[in-house]
Amino acid sequence: MPRRPAPGRSLLAWAAGGLLVAACNGPIESRSEDTGATGSAPAYGDTFIQASIGDIGGLIPSLTSDQSSHEVGGMIYDGLVKLDRDLKMVPSMAESWTYSRDCLELTFKLRRDVKWHDGRPFTADDVLFTYQTMINPKTPAPFKEGFLLVKNVQAPDPYTVRVTYDKPYARALETWNTYMLPRHLLQSFAEAGTLRESPQNSHPIGTGPYRFQEWKAGEKVVLVANPDYFEGRPYLSRIVYRVIPSQATIFLELKAKGVDYASSLTGIQYARQTEYPAFRKAYQKFRYPGSGYTFVGFNLKDPRFADPRVRQAFAHAINKQELIDGVRLGLAREATGPIRPGTWAYTDDVKRFAYDPEKAKALLAEAGWKDRDGDGLIEDRDGKPFTLTIRTNQGNDERKKIAELIQQRLKEIGIQVDIQLIEWAAFIKEFVKPRRFEVIVLGLGSGTDPDQYVVWHSSQRGPDQMNRTGYDNPEVDHLLELGRSSCVQEERVRYYHRIQQILAEDLPMIFLYTADALPVVSARVRGVSPSPAGILHNFTEWFVPKQQQRYTSG
Amino acid sequence: MALFALRRLLLSIPLLIGITFVSYVVISLAPGGPLDFLTPEDPNASVEVKQRLIQEFGLDQPIHVQYWQWLKRAVRLDFGRSFLPDGRPVLTKIGERLPITLFLNLIEMAIIVGLAVPIGVLSATRQYSLYDKITTVFVFVGFATPDFWLALLLMILFGVQLGWLPISGLRSLNWEYLSFWQQQWDFFSHLVLPIVVATFGGLAGFSRYMRQSMLEVVRQDYVQTARAKGLSERAVISKHALRNALLPVVTILALALPGLIGGSVIIESIFAIPGMGQLMVQSVFSRDYPVVMGNLVIVATLTLVANLVADITYGLVDPRIRFAGRRGRR
Repeated sequence: MPRRPAPGRSLLAWAAGGLLVAACNGPIESRSEDTGATGSAPAYGDTFIQASIGDIGGLIPSLTSDQSSHEVGGMIYDGLVKLDRDLKMVPSMAESWTYSRDCLELTFKLRRDVKWHDGRPFTADDVLFTYQTMINPKTPAPFKEGFLLVKNVQAPDPYTVRVTYDKPYARALETWNTYMLPRHLLQSFAEAGTLRESPQNSHPIGTGPYRFQEWKAGEKVVLVANPDYFEGRPYLSRIVYRVIPSQATIFLELKAKGVDYASSLTGIQYARQTEYPAFRKAYQKFRYPGSGYTFVGFNLKDPRFADPRVRQAFAHAINKQELIDGVRLGLAREATGPIRPGTWAYTDDVKRFAYDPEKAKALLAEAGWKDRDGDGLIEDRDGKPFTLTIRTNQGNDERKKIAELIQQRLKEIGIQVDIQLIEWAAFIKEFVKPRRFEVIVLGLGSGTDPDQYVVWHSSQRGPDQMNRTGYDNPEVDHLLELGRSSCVQEERVRYYHRIQQILAEDLPMIFLYTADALPVVSARVRGVSPSPAGILHNFTEWFVPKQQQRYTSG
Repeated sequence: MALFALRRLLLSIPLLIGITFVSYVVISLAPGGPLDFLTPEDPNASVEVKQRLIQEFGLDQPIHVQYWQWLKRAVRLDFGRSFLPDGRPVLTKIGERLPITLFLNLIEMAIIVGLAVPIGVLSATRQYSLYDKITTVFVFVGFATPDFWLALLLMILFGVQLGWLPISGLRSLNWEYLSFWQQQWDFFSHLVLPIVVATFGGLAGFSRYMRQSMLEVVRQDYVQTARAKGLSERAVISKHALRNALLPVVTILALALPGLIGGSVIIESIFAIPGMGQLMVQSVFSRDYPVVMGNLVIVATLTLVANLVADITYGLVDPRIRFAGRRGRR
């Protein structure tokens, strides 16, 4: 769970696994005293042990795209701004920022009390360096789009940074919620294009609330509290990320109290296997909407699915509640569009298609699909039956079950469905990218900013681009362009509400559900406060009362 | 004998090159490439960065050129750096994982041999007895039990319910604060479950093999002779029969050598042991060609060496076997 995801990553990430985890964010300013747990004074100390399913890729997170690296990196590094509990941008290393009236110039005032973990002061020069490094073609950073749109960055004095853009860019601020890199340690490596081989990538120096202590490949990463952190020393003295590659083992370690936190239980673990007194006593369980949605995507280049009546018939034939109950044990919410519920751009005032097989049949008949030979399957005018294959990736049980349930429902309206499960890499390369599919089941992350230009704009339909269904709607194109080139939230809200309404009616994909994130935290940890941003947003305020501390911290 | 060894050694060089070439082609043909994992399915992943990395890794070259480049470096024992963002040298990555896998496998192997030989011998000498039937059932249960299932059951019993043993990992988190002997105990207690699970599965095959081999030997004439001249049954079995029955075991042991560094992915994943098995699987899944190839070279070399060692030791322990070059082919 990235505490502060990199800009690109937070926006939209195709989820390979079934785990879609809420994007979480930096500490926040409002101190919430004592949430839920019985009153005890905050105390420093103790070790917080997290289970991580995979090892980190490296410790310069800008170069990585895996979740573990961003999770750990978020504790070591800071950005100029960060997201608060309600996913709004708030100051971090910049104490304030101002936009010019035409949205083209963004000026940050930096805090003067920020120091790198080695004691050097953090200044505008480091921001300049981070920018230069990110746009350097030799830097293998997977997400640099936000920086490439910058016209230039200036540092008129050590604590002022001025960024100018060629044209207004709605996500300008989000770009600066990124890991700031130290010039004094990295300059030569960045210029030579050997950042991956630099000491920083294995022994990082950041500005964040935790300092790096140890990384044992495949085993663990250890961080210790930074006593000089500019927002105050975090209470928990040490964080240990234990690499445990098996979901089953993580769960057993939880039961044996070997770990203090798991980012998400499975539905069955949440609903059944943890419902006994000892577990309820040892852990706090949380449930809130995750940050992505699962969908059924059509190939709109397929003449059958180019007809909106056919897509609407499918929407009437699929019973979303049945999927939520059957696949997620009820631990999910119906999705109505691509924008994350609870954020400022979200609306649920959109057209919905209730489960209604009769209406589905009627719509199909209207589109020319009828059962002409009485075999229970529908055919077109030439007697060709409606058959299709639903494809999804192997190893994701939820998607497999979704495909099976939909197969049943489509059979009811006379459509013969086959299911094909394909290994992830092959699935993407052979089927999704070349758009060689009829119907797919996949997940997509919905980021903290509502700009989804790359998913829905008609210019993004190439094989390496993200408009996988081949959606092409001039009105949506226009709204997307307006939405990403404004820095005024009130204007943007209107555009995105309209986009959601069009998508819900036009159905380039059927939005199925947003799975709930189901994290657990040891009961001895206080101060956990769930919010639209998840639970890790105020991690530096979590503490364990003195008498309940379990580990002596070194 | 020395000549034979030398000839075999020289012959294995082209063989090794052939193995690496086929491996290189196969891994390159697998769908998806390293870049699909570095820059995953994300709209903001920059295409230009991908192109740059493809050039940096040399993946834009035709496959035989790529292989040639790799081979030129590999003969100097330079296996390059991992494609993953950590960018560390392949040999470092392998080096930090090899000791634990080797250590675990050696212990497992010792336990398996130590248990399987007596089990096999006793079952053979008391064929169809109650003991034979019980051990037969036992080893087949072991053979048929999936590793991960047994591992989870034991973890639930000893780790969660009884709390006697740690569930996963190699060391407790307070390891640095323990005294020397506590550290040894801590390490040992972490290894108990993985070793039990691994040996339980491995015991079956080996003990059946031993039993079979022994059954053949005790029917031989010379065993009959030994009995006839009045030797105790104990002496007949342990002195005369066992020696010959162990011959095939030597071969199996030698051939198990490459397996020693392979490591079991299932056991390593479930017990969170950072060993070679995990490294290999991760590198294959992320199409990290340099690490995959580095691993393969080691395994292939060991396999070839093991074959050679098996042949030579066979000759040493069994005088009936002669080597080509001295008197015809064996």
